[in-house]
Amino acid sequence: MAGSSLVVLEEDHTRFIALLDRLREESNAKFAFLLDRAGQQIAAAGALEASDPTALASLTAGNVAATEGLAQIIGENKFSTLYHEGENDSLHISLVSNKVILLVIFDEHSSLGLVRLRVKQITQDLGRVLDELMTRSDSQVSGSAVSSNLFEEISDEDIDALFG
Amino acid sequence: MTFINYAAREINCKIVYYGPGLCGKTTNIQWVHDKTRTEAKGKLISLATETDRTLFFDFLPIELGSIRGFRTRFHLYTVPGQVFYDASRKLILKGVDGVVFVADSQEMRMDANIDSVQNLRENLKDHGFDLDTVPYALQLNKRDLPSAVSADEMTKALRVKNEPVFEAVATQGRGVFDTLKAIVKLVLLDLRGR
Repeated sequence: MAGSSLVVLEEDHTRFIALLDRLREESNAKFAFLLDRAGQQIAAAGALEASDPTALASLTAGNVAATEGLAQIIGENKFSTLYHEGENDSLHISLVSNKVILLVIFDEHSSLGLVRLRVKQITQDLGRVLDELMTRSDSQVSGSAVSSNLFEEISDEDIDALFG
Repeated sequence: MTFINYAAREINCKIVYYGPGLCGKTTNIQWVHDKTRTEAKGKLISLATETDRTLFFDFLPIELGSIRGFRTRFHLYTVPGQVFYDASRKLILKGVDGVVFVADSQEMRMDANIDSVQNLRENLKDHGFDLDTVPYALQLNKRDLPSAVSADEMTKALRVKNEPVFEAVATQGRGVFDTLKAIVKLVLLDLRGR
């Protein structure tokens, strides 16, 4: 939405982490990652080893966006999940409430079927937390008040100081 | 869409560099990457063709420092400028917080500049944005070329509101950081004013 902000409070982050940890354990995956559709990282669970999470988030969002474009060209609304199989690690990408992207990285200790099952089970719980967060972010009373208090405190000197 | 993460104490914003093909969008990002200290930048991702034309996007995350205890991180993206990549340009604009339009100062590229501004307006509209209100800066690049149109003429033809205008030679870094600082400031001021 134009001109809006997505605000993730500490309690939201904690709830996301708990759900992603549960997903990772139950699916035996290496890494579970929640990001918004513009490529911003929301929460992550597990070890990413040598990879760069910022680049991973950006490329995943681009991947999802491009694939949605492809779907629409062939007359589909969207592709609900994406799966990329590697020699060692594989990626499972899905949308939660059509608002954020869930990325799971797994290896031979798991399977596509198990990951898909656990993702399906956890998606509703993630969606509930997300809906609360979105409702608050859009709200005139609480959501915008949280972020507007932060930005109201920002002075011209604060901005100038960023550039040394 | 600005992303505020209270858990990580981060403010994340997205800036997109827009403009016609070969105007210098990627050159801007590359210069920022090369001149930014290591601890303040992430990896530069470039999805390009074999001939180094941007195919999907360039991406560079930078961190500018802290405001009120919150790290300010900006994700810089470029779009592919060639006309037939319009579908991709539209995707990259999703969630944008600020736009830099990079214009090619060569006389033979003026029509392409004008078409690209119009294209930007239409693609922003598809995402619910209005070019007249989104934080926006205009860069007149390639000022060193002999065929460069005067800055006054370019400004008259391309300026859409009272956006700041910067002359640049991105290959030499001239005007690159001035443009970036301006759009960062505009984005933060816009956030303050919401």
